[in-house]
Amino acid sequence: MLRFLATRVLTMIVTALCLTFIVFFLTNLAPNLEKIAKSEAGGRITDAEVASWLEKNGYASPMIVRYGEWLGVMPGWTRVDETGATFGRCMTPGVDPAAAPRYCGVLQGNWGYSTVFKAPVSDIVARGLGLTGKLMFWVMITMVPAALVVGVMAGMREGSKTDRALSTVSIVTTATPEYVSGVVFIAVFASSAVGLKWFNGSATSAMDDITFVNFTLPVMTIALYGMGYIARMTRASMTEVMTAQYIRTARLKGVSFRNIVLKHALRNALIAPFTVIMLQLPYLLNGVVITETLFNYKGFGWTLVEAAGNNDIELLLGVSVVSVLVVLVTQLVSDVGYVYLNPRIRIS
Amino acid sequence: MEPLTWTGSLGTFLNPMLMIAVAALLLAVVLSFVMSFFAAPVTLESNPDGSVTAKTGISGLADLLVKVTSLAVVLVVLGYVIGGLVMPYGSAGIIGAISKQFFPVWVAMIVTFVLSVSFKRKLGLYGKLYDSTVGMVGFGLVMFWLYTAIFVGVFGLIATHDPLAAVSGLKNKPPGVPMPTAEAMVAGSHYLLGGDNLARDVFSRMVHGSWIVIQIAPLATLFAFMMGITVGLPAGYHGGKLDTVLSFLANLVLAFPVILLFYLLVTPEIVLTGIPSYMAIILFMFPIIFVTVLLYSRYYTQGKKAWPTIGVVFVAMFWVYLSLISQPETPVHFMPGWTDLFNVPAGILVVFVSVVFVNAPTVFRIVRGLTMDIKTRDYVAAAQTRGEGVWYIMLWEILPNARGPLIVDFCLRIGYTTILLGTLGFFGLGLPPDSPDWGSTINAGRQLLSVYPHPALVPAVALLTLVLGLNLLADGLREESMKD
Repeated sequence: MLRFLATRVLTMIVTALCLTFIVFFLTNLAPNLEKIAKSEAGGRITDAEVASWLEKNGYASPMIVRYGEWLGVMPGWTRVDETGATFGRCMTPGVDPAAAPRYCGVLQGNWGYSTVFKAPVSDIVARGLGLTGKLMFWVMITMVPAALVVGVMAGMREGSKTDRALSTVSIVTTATPEYVSGVVFIAVFASSAVGLKWFNGSATSAMDDITFVNFTLPVMTIALYGMGYIARMTRASMTEVMTAQYIRTARLKGVSFRNIVLKHALRNALIAPFTVIMLQLPYLLNGVVITETLFNYKGFGWTLVEAAGNNDIELLLGVSVVSVLVVLVTQLVSDVGYVYLNPRIRIS
Repeated sequence: MEPLTWTGSLGTFLNPMLMIAVAALLLAVVLSFVMSFFAAPVTLESNPDGSVTAKTGISGLADLLVKVTSLAVVLVVLGYVIGGLVMPYGSAGIIGAISKQFFPVWVAMIVTFVLSVSFKRKLGLYGKLYDSTVGMVGFGLVMFWLYTAIFVGVFGLIATHDPLAAVSGLKNKPPGVPMPTAEAMVAGSHYLLGGDNLARDVFSRMVHGSWIVIQIAPLATLFAFMMGITVGLPAGYHGGKLDTVLSFLANLVLAFPVILLFYLLVTPEIVLTGIPSYMAIILFMFPIIFVTVLLYSRYYTQGKKAWPTIGVVFVAMFWVYLSLISQPETPVHFMPGWTDLFNVPAGILVVFVSVVFVNAPTVFRIVRGLTMDIKTRDYVAAAQTRGEGVWYIMLWEILPNARGPLIVDFCLRIGYTTILLGTLGFFGLGLPPDSPDWGSTINAGRQLLSVYPHPALVPAVALLTLVLGLNLLADGLREESMKD
């Protein structure tokens, strides 16, 4: 088990390094840097001025060196200009250059400075994660129980009418991406022209104060798309368990159907959905980005869109690191949890 | 000119009927659901002549009620469609006029269904689809959009207006609004589903959007499959280091949040650097490798006879490949005028590449898993004993036997690709902003969603029905292929 964990963690670190390098590479390509130089130093500067601006701000060194600096495994760049003043990656204006640390990257906790929000990246990412955490909490609270109930109800009598009806419902929800269900929900429940006006079409006010009126639609939008998939997986797992030998034995013993489902089948049927739910988390990130944009809820997904849309390199890198880590950690947790929950699987 | 109402004169007697039918259906569904918990189960009773009668009791009655009422609802809805077809333009309202516009689609669908049902026993898995209601409904929805796309894109039918032309005075107007210049009640004298915020026809944009989706989604999925199969078969068959490396790469792409990848790949700056073009060079090579190896592994024993066939296929595909990757105004542009067969608009190519790139790793994992399962079978061992080549075994022994799950996944994946295309459009990535594809239209319509919902709602429902159709089709196919 320890060895399994060690390999998994090692693979995870290598994956994280590869992915962050890819993001770093794509965000630091020449046209992006040119754009950032023009937005910082004025839009009408010549190519030579762009080059000198990049040179001055540490963007001229090779990509791999800059990646190392950003990561915090290479010393940050320093430059002494004509007047003798020292500039550098790790130096803040007004602070003695000698006192500045040699390394300042993500590993040292220095995530950089966002050009769009004019604030440190770590603050913005933390704020976004907090808001998205609230959203995901309510999504999980509604989605998981609903999906499990639908899946178990459908799977306990395979081929019955309930099964067919519930399976069709789950197919419909998996066919409804967030930007479709969100639009339909807003039109039906929030539109001032034709709708029922039950809920708010914007979740901006939910950032300070979550109420039933302003938070129902975004939660429903994300939960609906993820629900169908989990329900179908639960159904598959439940139907498989219901055909097992020990269920037949219980039936022949005369145990009531209700007890068979609740006491014999359910626990074994819920192992597979656990993995599915964990693996579904990263896919929900997509939905979070769409939903937060649609409902104007300024969480993590909204931050991603703002950073990418405005070429805010440091913020985009920070957001990518966090989302890649979320994906990798959930994968690890789902693997370890599966082994833990299912004693039949032994890892040498 | 009068604006059209939803159902016109047809509605005066069909609308109450629809209400009654729907109410009865709802009642019957609730009744049957409650009955399934309380009523006695179905019992079998043998008759003197040896046959068996199922005594269904009261719950059977409730089921019958559901069937009858749902049939009534379907009939009334058909009434709207057929009424719209036969009655003159305008008198059957918006629904009737839309039904008239879709006339060629109805004809094509009826022909398809009549032909398929009459020959269904000779058509293999496709024919069996007609035994499953779910599969048939799904197939119907998919064919509806396929025919719509073809009639719009190739023949220029169905759409009533130019999807890009604005008509002043029709900005954000509700469905059924008449054109300011229209004189007589003829096709094209109204904006059937209203105008959007740039005063363009929502209906025409919606049907033109289907052509964009139908052009990109199945082809991109096919490319992703060719890539996934070409890489996944050896990974699953050989295992070992090759498998470890390839699986690591696939997991790398899968661990990347899709939306981040789109934002990084599909921006004008990245397109300038040519990265998507270089990716296209690699990704589009896989279909050539796949087909050439497929033919070679099959015919190499026949020596000289086979080479002309393989050569012709290879040269033709290679030429198409070169024309595809060589695009003016990108760093990869090497083919002089006449040799370059066609040019894909730059935005579409980037969208295509990124969608293939996102889908291929998942296909790889499915193919790899299936191959690892199938390679232990006896017929593979027999082929190995005969001394067949490795690629022959993979492509002509393993692949055909993995086709069931792959076909099902292919349908699901086209749906997923459609959703991805919509996502790209929703964030305004890749395709030009005035493009009528569904994602971009939803994006344009969401700004004024709470005041004028129709410009966003129409493409949203269109996308939903197409993806739903594909998912239902996949479900039907899975069910029917499991029966074997």
